[in-house]
Amino acid sequence: MSPNVETVAGRVEAALAAKLVRADSLPDELAYEVLPADLVAVATVLRDHPDLRFEVLLDVAGVDYLEYGRSEWKTLSATGSGFSRGVNRGAAGGSSGAQPARRFAVVYQLLSISHNARLRLKTWCVDDEDPMIDSLVGVWAGANWFEREAFDLFGILFSGHPDLRRILTDYGFIGHPFRKDFPLSGNVEVRYDPAKGRVVYEPVSIEPRTLVPKVIRHDNRYSPALRDRGTPSKG
Amino acid sequence: MAEIRSYTLNFGPQHPAAHGVLRLVLEMDGEVIQKADPHIGLLHRATEKLAESKPFNQSIGYMDRLDYCSMMCNEHAYVMAIERLLGITVPVRAQYIRVMFDEITRILNHLMWLGAHGLDIGAMTVFLLAFKERETLMDCYEAVSGTRMHATYYRPGGVYRDLPSEMPKYQVSRWRPQKEVDRLNEARASGMLDFIEDFTRRFPGCVDEYETLLTDNRIWKQRTVNIGVVTPERGMQLGFSGPMIRGCGIAWDLRKTQPYEVYGELDFDVPVGVNGDCYDRYLVRIEELRQSNRIVAQCVEWLRRNPGPVMIADAKVRPPHRQDMKGDMESLIHHFKLMTEGYCVPEGETYAAVEAPKGEFGIYLVSDGANKPYRLKCRAPGFAHLSALEEMVSGHMLADVVAVIGTQDIVFGEVDR
Repeated sequence: MSPNVETVAGRVEAALAAKLVRADSLPDELAYEVLPADLVAVATVLRDHPDLRFEVLLDVAGVDYLEYGRSEWKTLSATGSGFSRGVNRGAAGGSSGAQPARRFAVVYQLLSISHNARLRLKTWCVDDEDPMIDSLVGVWAGANWFEREAFDLFGILFSGHPDLRRILTDYGFIGHPFRKDFPLSGNVEVRYDPAKGRVVYEPVSIEPRTLVPKVIRHDNRYSPALRDRGTPSKG
Repeated sequence: MAEIRSYTLNFGPQHPAAHGVLRLVLEMDGEVIQKADPHIGLLHRATEKLAESKPFNQSIGYMDRLDYCSMMCNEHAYVMAIERLLGITVPVRAQYIRVMFDEITRILNHLMWLGAHGLDIGAMTVFLLAFKERETLMDCYEAVSGTRMHATYYRPGGVYRDLPSEMPKYQVSRWRPQKEVDRLNEARASGMLDFIEDFTRRFPGCVDEYETLLTDNRIWKQRTVNIGVVTPERGMQLGFSGPMIRGCGIAWDLRKTQPYEVYGELDFDVPVGVNGDCYDRYLVRIEELRQSNRIVAQCVEWLRRNPGPVMIADAKVRPPHRQDMKGDMESLIHHFKLMTEGYCVPEGETYAAVEAPKGEFGIYLVSDGANKPYRLKCRAPGFAHLSALEEMVSGHMLADVVAVIGTQDIVFGEVDR
């Protein structure tokens, strides 16, 4: 069985207390935040320290927090014209006020096979316009493609990466499709042009629309005050 | 003697041995690979971005389409992530059903892999035999969910419905005389559990058959022994998981080391390789077929003795029964809310992983308290494995590239997502 989360947390903090901040997580998960400047040093210690030995980097995920906590449809008060499915795109709806200060984060999932433990490491890119993070390819070779993916989809640059090319999108693709300000239907569409005898790119002809608006409900069952009382009531 | 030139070879994306849409740009010195550059993304559908635009439950079906050879395991990771954030526990019977179908899925996937891998490196017969048994398991998928592949059977809080008490039966037709139909329907006479049990009795013999064709086959060994060797240290560095890391000799299986659902209660072994070559990974997967079969048999035994609910009772997550909606206002309201808006998942983030047939399939889910995921990231085992392709094939011959692609068990639905 895997060791207790708090045991692992104790070991991590004994080795790296000055450089890590414990982040909110579910009780059986362990999450830390690290400053981008410390990332490579912290990762090396996490991999090599005999009490930690996080040998495997399972995943690297970019996250764009541009629209975090922003709902598309406000239903707290009824409007004069009643409810419609019209969604106010981009306009700030009811915000939970939980918007983080920075836009881009990179999240690393680590696994220690020796100690059977997991750890989630998150780091925030300092610059929202040109997000840049040190590459971890030197620490875990498996980071290579995961970082290429985060670069491709979010435009996060990984300095020191040996081969930072696009990986998932089309040859010659413009933009970073997983950013929240990139439309779901994309910007271009292709069709075969019989006159030119080749496939041509054109601006998309479909209108973006929202089938189900994003709503945030403040459910009392999940309020932090009640969370300690065990599972939410049934029925 | 003719001069041997270095040249670049474009392999795929339409090559049958590319297992889908892999485009490999190979730099070769004669027949020896110098560099291999996989170009992926030809099947990129932005599943993760699509999931951000729809309520949680509407993305379960997309999970089937990631790794389309191990459908229910992908669903499992996704619903587990939602359940963790919601803080709900699944009824035990649903957990057993999920484990049973995870293992059925593992058998399905490994049979697919065995057939395709065999076909790639010159063994035709095993492909036909493997696909014959897959048919039985596909029928189980169909009986519980209505579809043979993209089941959408797991739901947050349990499974869509209980196992059917009856299996669909073959009917007499111009192509199937009565005698043939009787033979086919023999195992289908009673419920689904009997049908699966009949399979678990028969299946070890089938695995023996595959092994007689391959395990000691001279050609098979020439094509796989000492091909694509990965050391345990390198395997961990490259982020390997599942049979790929077990083939290197590391006994790491989430079902044993970090048991989820009811794996802790079940009896099974974890096979481990020694040399880390293609042959060892073949042996590991063959043994996993047998072990999965054991787990399925144990689940059938348990499920037969323990009827019960397969879905939690929480009406805020589980849609009401159609019958209740006719007479009960509350049910009607719940149905309307769940079908139009869905349920909101409390703010937070989680990472839920399952031991999928190909390795660790994980879902990193960020919720900002809305009815849609804020960010969904699928950690696909094939993505990490394929990134190591260059290292595994450098110095090998062109024909060995096919063996390595086969041994990695690549499916582009999950690599490209």
